[in-house]
Amino acid sequence: MDLTTVAEQVRAADVVAIAGGGTHWEVGGPPPAGGEEVAAPVGVVAYDPADLTVTVAAGTRVRELSVVLAEAAQECALDPRSADATVGGTLAVGLSGHRRLRYGPLRDRVLEVRFVTADGRVVKGGGPTVKNVSGFDLPRLLVGSFGTVGVLVQVILRCQPQPEVAEWSVTDADPFELRRRLYRPSCLAWDGYRTHVLLEGIAADVRRERQSAGGEPSTAPPEWPRGPHRGRVSVRPSAVRELVPVLRDTGVRWLAEVGVGTIHVAAGTEEPLAAVRAAAERQGGWLLREAGAPDLDGFGRALPNLALQARLAQAFDPTGKLNPGRLPLAERVRA
Amino acid sequence: MLDDLRAALGPDRARAEPLELALYARDAGVASGHAAAVCFPRTGREVALAVQVAARHDRPFVARGSGTGLAGGATPIGDPLVIVTTQLNHILDVDADDRVAWVEPGVLNLDLTRAVAHLGLHYAPDPSSQQACTIGGNVATNAGGPHCLSSGVTATHVLALEVVLADGSTTVLGGLEPDQAGYDLRGCFVGSEGTMGIATRIAVRLTPDPPAVRTLLLDFDAIEDAGAAVSGIIAAGIVPAALEMMDAEITRAVEDYVGAGYPRDAAAVLLVELDGLPGGVDAQVGVVERVGREQGARSVRVAADDAERALLWKGRKSAFGAIARIAPDYYLHDAVVPRTRLVDVLRQVYAIAAEQHLTMMNVFHAGDGNLHPLIVFDAREPGVWERVHRAGDEILAACVAAGGVLSGEHGIGLEKREAMPLVFSADDLDAQARLRDAFDPSGRANPTKILPAGSRCGELQRVPEGAWI
Repeated sequence: MDLTTVAEQVRAADVVAIAGGGTHWEVGGPPPAGGEEVAAPVGVVAYDPADLTVTVAAGTRVRELSVVLAEAAQECALDPRSADATVGGTLAVGLSGHRRLRYGPLRDRVLEVRFVTADGRVVKGGGPTVKNVSGFDLPRLLVGSFGTVGVLVQVILRCQPQPEVAEWSVTDADPFELRRRLYRPSCLAWDGYRTHVLLEGIAADVRRERQSAGGEPSTAPPEWPRGPHRGRVSVRPSAVRELVPVLRDTGVRWLAEVGVGTIHVAAGTEEPLAAVRAAAERQGGWLLREAGAPDLDGFGRALPNLALQARLAQAFDPTGKLNPGRLPLAERVRA
Repeated sequence: MLDDLRAALGPDRARAEPLELALYARDAGVASGHAAAVCFPRTGREVALAVQVAARHDRPFVARGSGTGLAGGATPIGDPLVIVTTQLNHILDVDADDRVAWVEPGVLNLDLTRAVAHLGLHYAPDPSSQQACTIGGNVATNAGGPHCLSSGVTATHVLALEVVLADGSTTVLGGLEPDQAGYDLRGCFVGSEGTMGIATRIAVRLTPDPPAVRTLLLDFDAIEDAGAAVSGIIAAGIVPAALEMMDAEITRAVEDYVGAGYPRDAAAVLLVELDGLPGGVDAQVGVVERVGREQGARSVRVAADDAERALLWKGRKSAFGAIARIAPDYYLHDAVVPRTRLVDVLRQVYAIAAEQHLTMMNVFHAGDGNLHPLIVFDAREPGVWERVHRAGDEILAACVAAGGVLSGEHGIGLEKREAMPLVFSADDLDAQARLRDAFDPSGRANPTKILPAGSRCGELQRVPEGAWI
């Protein structure tokens, strides 16, 4: 399917349900019922490794993109939990991967977007180069917009050389102390007892940093919490420690990204998630529902700057036809 | 309006004398305008009061930091109120654990880095004007700098913003939590050149100082060889902390000016900085040396100590002081091309200058393809401005034809507004206008900047009064 076909499909539909890999199908809110399912095109469009950028159709699975980049010993740190996610879906949902501590949030990967507007026009925002201040930053508006601004169809992403070595290790050392001591670790995943450290770089540096961290190399990454009910806490990094008592009391499975402020939470029932959400809010943060927990709404709090957000939604999708319900904008629904 | 401003801010905080208005008629770019009044708030609340006064009088307003912008972003068009933020210059809070600082917009870029140096931290964006430019201005233009090659431009370092919107209300965009619910309003605001409101408090990410830093100077007989070395370094899997190129003219000018030890007879020099953990840095020094020599580097000098490093950087950062000795005026361009097209576009840029009989120098961020062709001239020479502008237009067109963009770090402002259709379609510009207007439905926040007239569907074409570009 090409860009113009997608544009025509969107233009003709009354309600659009944007379908990617289906790996984050419930995040934010439920997918719209009865909407016309629209999927972005697939495939790597252009790739010159010397530019450290890749142009890719948004419907391409991250797994497929990674294979192409790996042939040139490069990667793009999208890092969705499941590599079956599409590039467009990963960006539209906007959740950063586990190497955010080192490489920054997902939104920093995107240089240029092409998206289909609610009235079926193909619009470009941003530009093909890493450095670019040519106009308003539509790429950042699109990342995390859950498809409510437009249907992502093609993007240009920033790539990076693959590290010579990427090694997980496990240590009993305090992760906050590790954060001070280690230089740019890629991940410090903490379960309250042990810290899983991801180090990337050349072999000699990784070895020395691991010795500094203490602990032993492990053969596999940590297991991210799984269960029918899942959520993601977002608090300022130093507040992670304050949440530990509640995380322990509620008995949820959890793993925190220390230094980032993200805590991944999973439970067999819904109640513990609600308790963790309340605790996160007491710390000035919040919990995003990622799966299950039907009685928990997607974000758990009113969106900040709701009037401004609603004006944005209204400006790009006046009739609210794009993924209604995925991003709670009550004003838009009423409009 | 002046009376209301004085009542709100204090009698000495708002002015409209001819001298003040002349001082604030332009920034460091070439476009000139006219302000109705200038005011100097000291707090975020006073900024809000000033914006409210402007709203009551239905006046546009323009925020201004140090005025170092080069694209006319702070140039007052349409008799606006100019709101100067330089007196909001306090570092409010530094949190070494969360590696974040809250600053007021008038804090100078380099002052922040100096204030956190004892913690082993720094503020990564380092525009060449960093001794003079404000963080607020950096946010407005999404400023870059040599070290943005590996660490990213301003947008990647801003976590949260307290802003005064055009209606005079104050709100916070973004936050210190890693994820925000809803649209990335903070991300939209950075780089909006004052058209969405005025930032009054800014939370920026602080970056740990690298344990090891090495700086190298490579010199070449041909600029093509230097360009090939740039590509070769990236192709070898290295993203240096900085990768700067200077051509023959500017190298000589800088050497005569500061005596940094640059070879005066080089056709081009590359300044390469590598940082990180010691093992990786050492390995990368070896690769850069090898690639450089393969591409014809005459010599590779590795700075032996911090003093030598500082001297090499002093040469690069003094480039614009050095050219003042050559001709009284200069016009600095800013465009980006894909790294792989660098040498090709450079050749065209020199040809354009030769055709217009202009002296051209190039000192730029080669690593990310960010060209800064610098035309030096004497404005008293009859007809020279026309040639300078013609060369500028042709350079921009060449960059865009090579798949580049209009600006890497200076912004669009007034200077490049009319060039926007070179890279954006009518639909693209309409989408940008929708984004801008959602933040400021009144259209009073720094109007006429960034978007050319006619960007909005059905908008009438008009030339703003008082602008000469």
